[in-house]
Amino acid sequence: MSRINRYEIRIAGFGGQGVVTIGKILGEAFTLYEGKNSVNTQSYGPESRGGACKSEVVVSDGEIRYPNVRKADVLIALSQVALDAYMADLKEGGILLLDPHSIKHMPDRHRYQVYEVPTMEIAYDVGGVRFQNSVALGALYPLIADIINESSLLRAISENVPAETVEINIEAFKRGMSHVKRDEGT
Amino acid sequence: MSKEMKAHNTNKRLHNVHLLKAGEYYLQGSQACIEGAIMAGCRVYGGYPITPASEIMEYASRRLPQVGGRFIQMEDEIASASLLIGASWGGAKALTATSSPGFSLMQEAISIAIMSETPMVIIDVQRPGPGQGYITASQEDVMQARWGHHGEGSIIALAPSSVQEMFDMTIEAFNLSEQWRTPVLVMAEEPVAHMRERLLIPPWNEIEIIERKKPQDLGIMPEDYLPWGHDIVAPMANWGEGYSVNFVGLVHLEDGNITKYSPQMHYDCIERLLRKIEGNVNEIARIETEFLEGCKNLVICYGCVARTALEAVIEARQEGGLDVGYVRLTTLWPFPHEKLRDIVGNVNTIFVPEMNLGMMKHPITEALRDRSEKIVSIPSLGVLHSPEYILSKIYEEIR
Repeated sequence: MSRINRYEIRIAGFGGQGVVTIGKILGEAFTLYEGKNSVNTQSYGPESRGGACKSEVVVSDGEIRYPNVRKADVLIALSQVALDAYMADLKEGGILLLDPHSIKHMPDRHRYQVYEVPTMEIAYDVGGVRFQNSVALGALYPLIADIINESSLLRAISENVPAETVEINIEAFKRGMSHVKRDEGT
Repeated sequence: MSKEMKAHNTNKRLHNVHLLKAGEYYLQGSQACIEGAIMAGCRVYGGYPITPASEIMEYASRRLPQVGGRFIQMEDEIASASLLIGASWGGAKALTATSSPGFSLMQEAISIAIMSETPMVIIDVQRPGPGQGYITASQEDVMQARWGHHGEGSIIALAPSSVQEMFDMTIEAFNLSEQWRTPVLVMAEEPVAHMRERLLIPPWNEIEIIERKKPQDLGIMPEDYLPWGHDIVAPMANWGEGYSVNFVGLVHLEDGNITKYSPQMHYDCIERLLRKIEGNVNEIARIETEFLEGCKNLVICYGCVARTALEAVIEARQEGGLDVGYVRLTTLWPFPHEKLRDIVGNVNTIFVPEMNLGMMKHPITEALRDRSEKIVSIPSLGVLHSPEYILSKIYEEIR
């Protein structure tokens, strides 16, 4: 695994899409199962009810002082509103993972590494819309595989989702993962 | 603590547990402070929910019953704080948490607790004001913490800046409240209460816990007992232990007598309340420092703003080549006036970033007026400063 000075992941979408849960799963995986430091923060209050809701994870092998994103290395945007609100804070050349069915105006592909994953469609195929966040997390994994192990994420998923949905969430994770891996291969 | 400690996930396993096992956890600040309280021996929580402090109450409602404690939802914040007084005199360690508008309502009980020298802990997850203000981050209660209660007497207030410190400082708050027989405030903010981070819980038997001094421990017989006497911090007899205690909110003599009023007894009673805290400020208050040696400029901060400020200080030193030092007040009150003067030499500019319009700048100015040419407030309302913002203010002044 590579050592990280500071790596910033932002997940954004509508309230209810599970973005807060992904943030918690990522933070727990990095901290408890990878031995790195991570801080997980989330938007809350008026702006998180129905509007653009976000969750952030800052990861480092060193001390994390400022807890929020400064310039994101990764933005997962699950809605147009989220993309519009947060794209300005994405680093030039950063990873932009989005659901093409939720995005009308595609961002500049030359400025970012854009990955299109139909998270909603795959989630429906696996078992329902509530698995969309696990699809997105699975799609993210191959892109950050140099700083986290798959086993850590799977463990964090199984610790954070209801016991009866662990298998479907892991299936959703794997489907998201293979979608990105397939794209990268071609 | 060793890195090899077992990692514990708490999401499912918290049911049917008592004290958390030693090890690593990934928790919110709101959860960490309750675990700290439980570790410190707190077994009573009375509260009323309010954003952004409600998560503390929610978690307390789950955890207190699991450890044989009592969780009570009260009708409002006045009742919540009053409940702490009764619980404490009944022998329990008691906690409540609230946010700024609720903190205003608690001032009456805090005043009575200062007068009656009642150990208790209040966590204030501050939000912007005045009025209902807003629900985001704030440090606008730092003056209310010290001066909000009516009358003389002082207070102890701590300012945590991480999930770990929400745990550690809640334990410290209980220890200080028992040691000095006084209400202690934990002045948190939304970012620290809501963020998740690693929490290292040490083995319970390695945590220092201070209990109130009781007359029976000191060999004081009931007939000789003075509930407000014997020492600068009087030994405290809990109700129901055979000692006669006249609980008073009026100016009183050492035996609790309120009828033999004189200006001298008034002075002695109240001056001791102030002296017991302010006279022991060097024992009570703590300061953290970085890069102080030979620094020409200084950032003084507290709470979660300290995290941003330290980031900005390090960047100003590394990238800007500026000679900036860092001081963090981990204790806000009693204000560590002498300690600050001991560590801060002559500097050009002192920067004070705060999530208010410059409140702690006042006691800082009082302490260091003659040590610096300029003291600059870096205010922010409703939102944690970004490192860029603090840096830009530093560059504006000293480049």
